[in-house]
Amino acid sequence: MEARHGPESLSPPQIAAMRRSMTSGRMALTRRSLLRAGGAGAVAVGGLGALGGCGIPPAGRTEADNASDDHSAEEKRLAFSNWTEYMDTGKGGRHPTLDAFQRRTGIKVKYTEDINDNVEFFGKIKPQLAAGQDTGRDLICVTDWLAARMIRLGWIQPLDPAQLPHAYTNLAKPFRTPDWDPGRAHSYPWTGIPAVIAYNKKATGGRKVTSVSQLLDDPKLKGRVGLLTEMRDTVGLTLLDMGKNPETVTADDYDAAIARLQKASDRGQVRRFTGNDYTGDLTKGDIAACMAWAGDLIQLQSDNPEIEFAIPDAGYMTATDNLLVPSKARHKRNAERLIDYFYEPKVAAKIAAYINYVCPVDGVREELAKIDKALADNPLILPDEEMAAKSHSFRSLSSKEEAAFEDKFAKLTGA
Amino acid sequence: MSITATPDAAPDDGPAPDAGPVRKPPLRKPAVRKRLVPYWLLLPGILWLLIFFAAPLIYQASTSVQTGSLEAGFKVTWHFQTYWDALTEYYPHFLRSVLYAATATALCLLLGYPLAYLIAFRAGRWRNLVMILVIAPFFTSFLIRTLAWKTILADSGPVVGALNSLHILDVTSYLGITEGQRVLATPLAVVCGLTYNFLPFMILPLYTSLERIDPRLHEAAGDLYARPITIFRKVTFPLSMPGVVAGTLLTFIPAAGDYINAELLGSTDQKMIGNVIQSQFLRVLDYPTAAALSFILMAAILTMVTVYIRKSGTEDLV
Repeated sequence: MEARHGPESLSPPQIAAMRRSMTSGRMALTRRSLLRAGGAGAVAVGGLGALGGCGIPPAGRTEADNASDDHSAEEKRLAFSNWTEYMDTGKGGRHPTLDAFQRRTGIKVKYTEDINDNVEFFGKIKPQLAAGQDTGRDLICVTDWLAARMIRLGWIQPLDPAQLPHAYTNLAKPFRTPDWDPGRAHSYPWTGIPAVIAYNKKATGGRKVTSVSQLLDDPKLKGRVGLLTEMRDTVGLTLLDMGKNPETVTADDYDAAIARLQKASDRGQVRRFTGNDYTGDLTKGDIAACMAWAGDLIQLQSDNPEIEFAIPDAGYMTATDNLLVPSKARHKRNAERLIDYFYEPKVAAKIAAYINYVCPVDGVREELAKIDKALADNPLILPDEEMAAKSHSFRSLSSKEEAAFEDKFAKLTGA
Repeated sequence: MSITATPDAAPDDGPAPDAGPVRKPPLRKPAVRKRLVPYWLLLPGILWLLIFFAAPLIYQASTSVQTGSLEAGFKVTWHFQTYWDALTEYYPHFLRSVLYAATATALCLLLGYPLAYLIAFRAGRWRNLVMILVIAPFFTSFLIRTLAWKTILADSGPVVGALNSLHILDVTSYLGITEGQRVLATPLAVVCGLTYNFLPFMILPLYTSLERIDPRLHEAAGDLYARPITIFRKVTFPLSMPGVVAGTLLTFIPAAGDYINAELLGSTDQKMIGNVIQSQFLRVLDYPTAAALSFILMAAILTMVTVYIRKSGTEDLV
């Protein structure tokens, strides 16, 4: 008998079946796929000519481009895109403050929580805005640096102060004149977002963590430190710790801060750079101490008493999320009415009580105290004077600087 | 010959109405139509490919040779330097992606083959149930499944606790695949995540090809005094090669481009090429570099796959 168990010993139909399974099964991709790839290559060579014709036009637009026909009068509605968990929510997923707005004005708000990440949201709406088209959104809420970029690109409609009496009067002083939108001509802040230090008492063994230096150097925290993927918060806090001012940061300051962070990262001090997902790691204790956003902390503390926060003596960063009306939006007037409504202290207090971020509205303290005394006294929602004095923001960057800074920061985070 | 074959009838829609009784029907028209039918049937697929595959590909190819900025716009300047810059800057990420994806694929094969074998030949009436269990993870989102690993591998969790008390982590730390007393935020966690997430893509094709094997071939081999190991080596494994090749491709290709596992389960030193592309595209807004990196990745994978298929392809089998 032959040692080989070749197909010779099979019946013709069996051989045929085996051949079939190999030539028309998945394996059939071999030669044909190569041919196809070759064909695609040929097409690609022929298409090179077509490539030259492509290009991405300048993204910037002028003010005249983005003025839109306003349909607010005849269409009593508007579309508002916001972050998740950023609006008071009642039974059945309804939003009581928005319902109250509709009862008062007859304007129906189509509220969508479709912003999870600034850069992703920018990628999503960029094609329409760059082409000068309506995004289908009348009001959006994005973080200050993105708001600055969009205003710089001319994608945002200027607001009419005459339509915003409450907003104009009640906007708290620290929020009035950001360097990227002087006089708040295009934007109104939705919330302030302090970036501070948080730690898990159990994981640190009862140690207090109060400074960025400690985060980056304390050997007891090695491998259990979390930093934020938000460049301005992580680098800003580090700059403050180094005695530099993020409001006037130079390229050299920036490089020095990156080098400081890189050193800590190379030593294995840093476990991860995270977005919002640090909350889970901190609760479990996988991250012992980290940079964290104040609004998350109030929630985390109520779930886990081991979580503590610290305001660094060197100061902390406050970013803002801002309400903007994108160009070509059909219901600008309605959007302005909604912004103005949010600046009534009663309404602002209701939202602040729910979302727990810094409220940029003057006169909200009394209203918030009526809802919950503890919240009104919480410096993470309404910073007292001592704390407010330590608040800093990152200076606005030109697009070239921004690209260079982001590239250096991306390298620091490993990508 | 027949009247209908005259030139003036040719461009007509069909045979003339009075052509009925002619014995030889005009052959040409229906034949042409018949020949065209496959193309008509292919048309939707071809259109789909053109719109959703070819067009974006050409657009990306064009982007990769442009220069400019978001504000000034990007223009095609045939700046091929971008490719070289991207490659020299990010080659560690490429190597890491290939290494992680290859390791995960090998692990998938080691884990998936016995399971697929079991389902195909031994599961009996449990076969459908086990298949459902294999597919079940797909009912939850990729993200949630990956996040679940953060709980499973938590520093203070039972898995890491057990590995620690068995001093296994000391060994893996020494080998450089974990760090200190933790598994999360290390290469091991990323490879585990990749293996877990792509395992079904390995099992399904393996099962399909194993299931097609006639069990009588095993009996025949046994009758010819082949030991079980010989039967596996000479009969089962060669016949399952289509499944092995398909499974490794379906695992390796998406794993090499994956960035979720490295993002959630890794740290700064575990970032893969997908993370770089994502960050260049969304954060740095350097579209040409992102596009060039995508093309390098595509070319690298295509080359590797071609070589692989050549080496283990049908040529040896038929």
